[in-house]
Amino acid sequence: MATSTAKRTGSRVGWFGKFLTSSIGQKIIMSLTGLFLITFLVVHLIGNLQLIMSNDDGYAFNSYAYFMTNNPVIKTTSILLYAFIVLHAIQGILLWSKNRKARGEQRYAVKVDRTAGGSKSSIYMGSLGMVILAFIIVHMVQFWGQMHFSESIGPFEAEGYEGAKDLYALVAATYENIGMVIFYVVAMIFIAFHLWHGFQSAFQTLGLNHKKYTPLIKAVGYVYSVLVPLGFAVIPIVMYLRHQGVL
Amino acid sequence: MENMKLKLRIWRQGGKFPQGKFVDYELDGVNDHMSFLEMLDVLNEKLINKKEDPIAFEHDCREGICGTCSLVINGYPHGPMQQTTACQLHMRHFRDGDTITIEPWRSRAFPIVKDLVVNRDSFDRIIQAGGFISVDTGQAQDGNAIPIEKDQASHAFDAATCIGCGACVAACPNASAMLFVGAKVSHLAQVPQGKVEADSRVQRMIAQHDAEGFGRCSNITACEAECPKGISVEHIARLNRQYIASTLGSEKVAN
Repeated sequence: MATSTAKRTGSRVGWFGKFLTSSIGQKIIMSLTGLFLITFLVVHLIGNLQLIMSNDDGYAFNSYAYFMTNNPVIKTTSILLYAFIVLHAIQGILLWSKNRKARGEQRYAVKVDRTAGGSKSSIYMGSLGMVILAFIIVHMVQFWGQMHFSESIGPFEAEGYEGAKDLYALVAATYENIGMVIFYVVAMIFIAFHLWHGFQSAFQTLGLNHKKYTPLIKAVGYVYSVLVPLGFAVIPIVMYLRHQGVL
Repeated sequence: MENMKLKLRIWRQGGKFPQGKFVDYELDGVNDHMSFLEMLDVLNEKLINKKEDPIAFEHDCREGICGTCSLVINGYPHGPMQQTTACQLHMRHFRDGDTITIEPWRSRAFPIVKDLVVNRDSFDRIIQAGGFISVDTGQAQDGNAIPIEKDQASHAFDAATCIGCGACVAACPNASAMLFVGAKVSHLAQVPQGKVEADSRVQRMIAQHDAEGFGRCSNITACEAECPKGISVEHIARLNRQYIASTLGSEKVAN
């Protein structure tokens, strides 16, 4: 009897690793890290809107930044966030390379990509992702890196914020440059296309395709992928225009 | 148009062309009532009469039901008409003077045998891994003895229309076979006879799918667009659900 039981259930060693490295498991990692990043973007946007919501020379934004850099819960979550960005990127690159190999050495001479879902951005997720990764690196060096390692950032002088830096001044100085404004706005367009497919794809990967809920998931996804990048894009534009004295 | 003239750009591989290359042919006298395969038959007759090697392509029923024909025509698996196999595609959808490019399915898991013929044994091995139900031989039991709701049966049959042609793999930018596996798993998981082995089936079929070197699904839905039976990616979602539930929830571990 013992042997027949063993045969029926197979080896139990490493089943979870096998699950995560299977084609579906790899996609689940993409989906879950993607959904985490989608949630993060909303929080990030709400915080960043402090830059333009009140014309207070950065008091709201600097106090928010001070909170974000000192709260232990946020600090822990941010480590998770960096890990998930890296995991999403590495897994994406692995999938891209695996899928390229799966096509074989001889590519199609003529290929028309027609999709049932309508959106074409699904085909270019890898390329969109690489551009977004490059953007994130520049973005991190520019703000996170300077905030932590640059000596040139002045202090945020307000009661109760001892040792805080004037991050608002750094952001405002960056967005005085029209080139930077364009860079950020264009990057948001790439993110919008990535999200246009990514949002609903994350649910499909988890098997959440349902006649009652999928139309809602898709609608929310499309609204999200336009509104959130638009919200981010508005910030550098408004700050530039304020500097120019137009607003 | 009774007498169309076509320029054909056809992938030839094997024999005179060990590495494979496109060869151009001119064909006149093509009738618009011909099927695409009949047009190739006419070309092959001419090649044979000239003592040349005819173009190898696969075909069997020519009724759109066997899943044997496998041509990428002008960049579309089974040609530009949706929900149509290459054998059911007619020349009236082309125009006099058209250039038509014909290629085989291109996937590492479908090696080329000759010209436009690919080896699809990888699909057979996925089926052998679990795409069946185990029943004793003997008298078939009364069908009404196993109740199933009509809606549920219809959903299962939607998946069961898969003819295993491989157009999903040919169409997928990732060369993934998830629509094929999804159709088979979803079909059997929805009928009482298939539910018995559902947990082990899904793990085994996915393990085989991955071992064959197919790509990973990224929900592009090109497969559904090119599937001659119009099978929906909903079945891939059911496959994913089954796989997650079986791997995390059941005691089964695929060998």
